Amino acid sequence: MTNQTVKLGPLATLLMNDKAGRYLLSVLLAMSIVIPLSNLLLPEGSFFHVSTYAMTLLGKYLCYALLAVAVDLIWGYCGILSLGHGAFFALGGYAMGMYLMRQIGDRGVYSNPELPDFMVFLNWTELPWYWQGFDQFWFAMLMVLVVPGVLAFVFGALAFRSRVTGVYLSIITQALTYALLLAFFRNDMGFGGNNGLTDFKDILGYDLQQDTTRAALFFASGIALILGYLISRFIVTSKLGRVLVAIRDSESRARFLGYRVEHYKLFVFVVSAMLAGIAGALYVPQVGIINPGEFAPINSIEMIIWVAVGGRGTLFGAVIGAILVNYAKTYFTGAFAELWLFLLGGLFVLTTLYLPKGVVGLWAQLKDKHAQNKQQAAMKEVEGDQA
Amino acid sequence: MRNFIGQAMLLLSLMCCGSLAMAEDSGASSPIVTVASLESLGQQLITANYSEKKALASTIAAVDDPKTLPLLQTLLDGQLYYLKETNELLISHDDDSFEDLFTSSLVVLDSPRDAKKIGVNNSLRGVLRTEISRLQISARDPQLRMAAARNLLKSASDLDSTLLKEAIKKEEKRDIAEVLAIVLGMQQLDSPDADTRMQGLEALDKALYPEVRAALTQFIVRSESAGHANEVAKANAVVTDIEKLVTINGYIENLYFGLALGAVLLLAAIGLAITFGVMGVINMAHGEMIMLGAYTTYVVQQLMPDHIGLSLVVAIPAAFLVSGAVGVAIERGVIRHLYGRPLETLLATFGLSLVLQQAVRSIFSPLNREVATPDWMAGTFMINPALELTFNRLYIIIFSLLVLGLLALVLKRTLFGLQMRAVTMNRPMASSMGIRTGWVDALTFGLGSGIAGIAGVALSQLTNVGPNLGQAYIIDSFMVVVFGGVGNLWGTLVGAMSLGIANKLVEPFAGAVLAKIFILIFIILFIQKRPRGLFALKGRAADNG
Repeated sequence: MTNQTVKLGPLATLLMNDKAGRYLLSVLLAMSIVIPLSNLLLPEGSFFHVSTYAMTLLGKYLCYALLAVAVDLIWGYCGILSLGHGAFFALGGYAMGMYLMRQIGDRGVYSNPELPDFMVFLNWTELPWYWQGFDQFWFAMLMVLVVPGVLAFVFGALAFRSRVTGVYLSIITQALTYALLLAFFRNDMGFGGNNGLTDFKDILGYDLQQDTTRAALFFASGIALILGYLISRFIVTSKLGRVLVAIRDSESRARFLGYRVEHYKLFVFVVSAMLAGIAGALYVPQVGIINPGEFAPINSIEMIIWVAVGGRGTLFGAVIGAILVNYAKTYFTGAFAELWLFLLGGLFVLTTLYLPKGVVGLWAQLKDKHAQNKQQAAMKEVEGDQA
Repeated sequence: MRNFIGQAMLLLSLMCCGSLAMAEDSGASSPIVTVASLESLGQQLITANYSEKKALASTIAAVDDPKTLPLLQTLLDGQLYYLKETNELLISHDDDSFEDLFTSSLVVLDSPRDAKKIGVNNSLRGVLRTEISRLQISARDPQLRMAAARNLLKSASDLDSTLLKEAIKKEEKRDIAEVLAIVLGMQQLDSPDADTRMQGLEALDKALYPEVRAALTQFIVRSESAGHANEVAKANAVVTDIEKLVTINGYIENLYFGLALGAVLLLAAIGLAITFGVMGVINMAHGEMIMLGAYTTYVVQQLMPDHIGLSLVVAIPAAFLVSGAVGVAIERGVIRHLYGRPLETLLATFGLSLVLQQAVRSIFSPLNREVATPDWMAGTFMINPALELTFNRLYIIIFSLLVLGLLALVLKRTLFGLQMRAVTMNRPMASSMGIRTGWVDALTFGLGSGIAGIAGVALSQLTNVGPNLGQAYIIDSFMVVVFGGVGNLWGTLVGAMSLGIANKLVEPFAGAVLAKIFILIFIILFIQKRPRGLFALKGRAADNG
């Protein structure tokens, strides 16, 4: 027992003041283990059996949750409202998709061992240089981190150095993802154009349609979310995290105190982009497709609402928000397709107006109010006594 | 026997026509010639053989009658029929219906076999073409003459050169004469005489019609094989000249397209320049205000389907009111509570944009609605054969500038404008001067939204009206405002026009999508250099931005 506490030392300090986080991570860890097991081991008719469909759906939510953590890291803690985080997510997804495309090999419609089908269709004779190396898993995984990271670095370095802040930054990040959307729609880009990358067969030699593979992917998503959470938690509780919050609350003051604001922002922006890239990479094999639609500006804005609904500035709030909103989305687009956009729109308006701290904040808000009422009642009593 | 009667009739008619032609030559403008005589001539076509028909065609062409041309044209097209019983001349339409040539009334046949076609052969067609061209070229209506001249460009040999030269001499309109001269030049290219061919080449210099280029290329091939080196050189020089002009005109056309795109961007962004630029409110539902304006146009048009042109004029104030009212409601209901929190405003208004889109989808349909374009918007304005400017773009440019001018007037010259500027500059001070700031905020937002609605009216004439109309313009609009500089109408004008023109100038080299990407990247980089746009506000107001 004591041994274990010592072993968990750094982890414990990390989560010391994060009660909700501890609960959340425990639940996530349990889910990541129990759900795949129940899917694989329990018979189909059993009450506790989780269908592959449900597991894949949950796995998708976990990827979104990781993405929400990434968004919360920069928006909630550093005040950078990026309306282009979908771009990093999609780039990570494309990197994974390219690996999966190469894995298809000669099993495509045109049976070309080197070229993916859409290239054969376009009469391309050889693989473009930027597709080289993607047949190696390690290389693809590296690219999942490097591509979003480099884009975030270049973009962020330019933007933060020239002090593009606030809504201007939001608008140009939106322009960034919009430009990428247009670019990836082009067939000559070599990313499958309109249709994107799809028809994946297997990953690391395992068939993507198999339940075991699905379960493993689900497990990987859960673990990635937990790790992403811990990394983010580590960042925000560190001294660097304090500076980030200071920048969020008053950028010029932080700068006058001698902090190189741009460097802090750039660092956290790049980390966030990489987390988004990982989320995208885990998302693609589970849904089986990546297309330019992922770059659509509306997707990036939707991510913001996950965080806003859950509770900006609390990492576990972001996770809860992402899962809640996406569950609602799945439910409503299935049951009342017409209602969904009304509801989503209403959610935007209501959370910004009435729930500035999200669902997580609601609890605290109610507690505060309760305490206030109690206090007021007590005051009144005192007044009454005095009278 | 039958043949004899036919010949006799022909003889008779020729005599008759000869006298008629003489009557016309003698300068008598009195309409001696009646429909009856044209009709009788036409009916002779039924029995005449091909060589007689050729003579008849020329005779008919000489008759001054509004139906002369239709008669010859239908004959040429092989659509002239006659009713076997009465020899009534009919025009056959593609859908197998028949029309009386002279009365234009629909003729119902008992059996399709009751009507018989009047045959034409190639040599008759040649004669017919010449006669038709000559008739057209001497028509009284200059537009018809112009059309005839343009037609001749396609087949220069239809009219023989003497007639053509005459027509050029007689022609009063210079532009028609120019076209005819080019036709003559094209004819001269075919001449066996080297000097004439050279003359032809001279005439064709700087002629921008595509037909001329085609003729010249053929001519070059011919002359090369015939070994006329100097002619080839000359022709090549002419082609180079023409191509240079065409390229220049292409640039001008692109510039025009760019201006038109800029005007569209200006219209879309100008409302944003107020809500974002003046009030500092990020209104992501701005695009939906444009969409509402476009749908208002649609509804107005549905209400008055017989007056398309008028409906457009009515739609302008209607769209302003609808979008403006929605804008005021949004400001009072949502934005008011979020002043000073720009990022939250952005999210809330984005939510509203989703709601509005879905509302339109539920009320109308997710499909695009058809908004008709009035006739005066269609058509082109031809500057030269290689440069035709479409009217709708011209109207959009003028309209956008009008809107901008009006807005500038409102801001600078009215009490409301004064109050608005006062509130933007210093809210507490304005408030203590007795200005109802809340009221001014609502109206300012309403004004910006209303102008977006007007933009919607204009856009309904250019693109499809659907629930996603606004989405397409929101990013562009923000780009324009950010590029031009916030809080500055001139910045918006310059921003919109430069982005529009840049887009259209890059497009020929890179394609539409890449051009757009380049522009976006350019703006992203530009913002790094000048975070406050081209025309940044200076002084105190800038600090708050």
